[in-house]
Amino acid sequence: MDWAGAALAALVCLALLGPLLAVMLRAEAPGRLGAADWAAIRFTLIQAVLSAAVSVTLAIPVARALARRRFVGRSLFVTLTGAPFILPVIVAVLGLLAIFGRAGWLNAALSGIGLGTLDIYGLSGVVLAHVFLNLPLAVRLILQAWLSLPSERIRLAASLGFSGADMRRHFERPLLREVLPGAALVIFLICTTSFAVALTLGGGPRATTVELAIYQAFRFEFDLGRAALLGLVQVAICLAAGLIALRAARVEPMGAGLDRPPLSWPGDGLRARITDGAAIVGAGAFLLLPLAAVIGEGALAIWSLPESVWWAAGRSILVAVASSALSVALALPIALFAARGRGRGAVELVGFLSIAISPLVVGTGLFIIIYPIADPVALSLPITGLVNALVALPFLLRALVPAARAAETTQGRLADALGMRGVSRLRLAILPRLRRPLGFGGGLAAAFSMGDLGVIALFSAPSQSTLPLEMYRLMGAYRTDDAQGAAVLLLVLSLGLFWIFDRGGRVNAAA
Amino acid sequence: MRHTIIAAGLTMIAGVAQAQTPVLTVYTYDSFNTEWGPGPAVEAAFEDICGCDLQFVTAGDGAALLSRLRLEGARSDADIVLGLDTNLTAAAVETGLIAEHGLMAEGLSLPVAWEDMHFLPYDWGYFAFVHRTDLADVPTSFEVLAASDVSIVVQDPRSSTPGLGLLLWVQNAYGDRAAEIWEGLSDNIVTVTPGWSESYDLFLEGEADMVLSYTTSPAYHLIAEEDDGFTAAAFDEGHYMQIEVAGVLANSDQPELARDFLTFMLSGAFQSVIPTTNWMYPAALPASEWPEGFETLIQPETALVYDAEEAAAIRDAALATWQSALSN
Repeated sequence: MDWAGAALAALVCLALLGPLLAVMLRAEAPGRLGAADWAAIRFTLIQAVLSAAVSVTLAIPVARALARRRFVGRSLFVTLTGAPFILPVIVAVLGLLAIFGRAGWLNAALSGIGLGTLDIYGLSGVVLAHVFLNLPLAVRLILQAWLSLPSERIRLAASLGFSGADMRRHFERPLLREVLPGAALVIFLICTTSFAVALTLGGGPRATTVELAIYQAFRFEFDLGRAALLGLVQVAICLAAGLIALRAARVEPMGAGLDRPPLSWPGDGLRARITDGAAIVGAGAFLLLPLAAVIGEGALAIWSLPESVWWAAGRSILVAVASSALSVALALPIALFAARGRGRGAVELVGFLSIAISPLVVGTGLFIIIYPIADPVALSLPITGLVNALVALPFLLRALVPAARAAETTQGRLADALGMRGVSRLRLAILPRLRRPLGFGGGLAAAFSMGDLGVIALFSAPSQSTLPLEMYRLMGAYRTDDAQGAAVLLLVLSLGLFWIFDRGGRVNAAA
Repeated sequence: MRHTIIAAGLTMIAGVAQAQTPVLTVYTYDSFNTEWGPGPAVEAAFEDICGCDLQFVTAGDGAALLSRLRLEGARSDADIVLGLDTNLTAAAVETGLIAEHGLMAEGLSLPVAWEDMHFLPYDWGYFAFVHRTDLADVPTSFEVLAASDVSIVVQDPRSSTPGLGLLLWVQNAYGDRAAEIWEGLSDNIVTVTPGWSESYDLFLEGEADMVLSYTTSPAYHLIAEEDDGFTAAAFDEGHYMQIEVAGVLANSDQPELARDFLTFMLSGAFQSVIPTTNWMYPAALPASEWPEGFETLIQPETALVYDAEEAAAIRDAALATWQSALSN
């Protein structure tokens, strides 16, 4: 099994760096970075570090609250608050502006009570939007870690009369130590390729990111050398950040358990209940009000959407399911490989490349590679599915690697002692413990693929559009009402797909 | 068995018949060939007269279209490229991929003369700031706008063709004073978006008083939505034009058919489709034949435009001015 993981990691690496190389080889002159490019790199790093830091910091109390509270509608709440992550960014931005914008609810309320108005455009707006988009991912990754705690340990802690402080020392800190660096890394990397969000909420050319500089190199100057060089800068940022995050992550095995739910949470008290309540209500308002605005504006338009939108929705579902399956098929062997043995964690970095490299570079590179042998336009849907699968890989790996590592340390030794090997070892000892992250990660991959514009914008065949592309087309043709309806349809379908996968991962699970 | 042979024979004949129908491949931007764009009507009308199969291939927008042609180079299947504007044509000609059209540009209704050997125009428009009719103190020039507290949302010239248009508009109208104008505008600009769609949506959501668009934008609201609540602000210094053009690829395997298409493009069948699908002015149709509603649009006194070489020459310097004026 081991060689498969290593081979797939190499293949993924090739699929991402190959296009970059193709762009570089096609360039007429080697690229050079100017002062404006360095300014773009600096802004990109600053906003991405801030966005990642704020996202994971805010996610800690929310994930803790969701891990230890049971309330009516909790499952629905967890699913719905995941939605911003899978929305096409422009829809998320419009939803956010409906609340925080100049004409938004918040400013209406503020000026209603005579407190003036709030202007979010600038670095604060960029970070706000990135936190809105990525807080759901941070919460879910940390929550996954909480839920993977063996309940026997929590019962033991309860019977030993652990206080809140004891719980933090013995459970929360080691757990965060393991999961935070990886979660922060994913979010940091997602934010480094941000372009539409950063520009729209950044207020102007001050908010130029590396991705925008790549756009400029491609469209404005057709300087492929510079575009490729900027792509290399993204790879370098990814590797540097990845190495820092891997060093910071400490794995402390929590011991084995029988996957039963905990009976009660030790160290619970009124203060903890109030903190948890505030975290859940706060996160709920921040994440759900903009969604409510999006739904409020588009829900009625769904029934009058043009037929082409429904066809596009059908194609999007197919692409999403296919790319989710492909992503799982790639991620599982890589995660199993990365989970066994020291130093192999670095393999996971390969998976992160896919969100760190500009989709424009990858798409253009693929075009250059495919064009001499086949018609890239005829292949637009398979290519989109493939690229979406690669882009979803890091989310899956983030969910799978810690769980696989835990399974190896807790169940692996027993399996080895029993002489289990190959498929039966995987099926009986390891996979059952990966069900939850597999369902979650597969769902995330499907939903992300559904909502992501991806490379199809570069290859679009007129009759092969996906739902996000169709939505952009409606927006570009003044058809705002239809576009808003399409956005709601997209939201419903993405969440629906995610829910089905995630549910599948939790079948038979008592919690 | 016999049926199979007959069926196979029929399939072959059908195949041959199809192979004999020449295919004309037209590269255009994405919004041209949507269900609600001009594409379907243009395709049907041309196929009625050409005995050919017209196929559209699309790429994002004008600039993406040019990048695509450059990537494909001489091996491209494209016979026609339709959808560049005059800010991009110099770069397109420089690649050597575009042939001279060799046609007389007759019956053009552009407000400026047309003398391009490589490209022919099919539609045009004026850039303008669109606002709701209830906006008080509508600015009448960039200087008045800069001095006012009217908020605007615009597009980035590096990623959007209207954004580039605005850049050249200010440059053309103010020359050396462009930096000063941009500095004055910086506190009016709510934000700069990557493309036109995002800007227009922000404007409709009430984030800004005005949006950089076209003088023809209010016609969409008036004709398609029966809403007369939108208009464009007329600026004293004049309005910069966007002229959208098409040309024949030098390596086209259907040069005759391609030239027929350009001739068709300037005929009534093509031109009459443009106003209410592309929401621009047709380039070869007298104003008397424009659809009802277009007469309500503002008519700028002065049409500003750089010719293709000037636009290409001044672009980088204008961008640098813009970038430094708005980054302070």
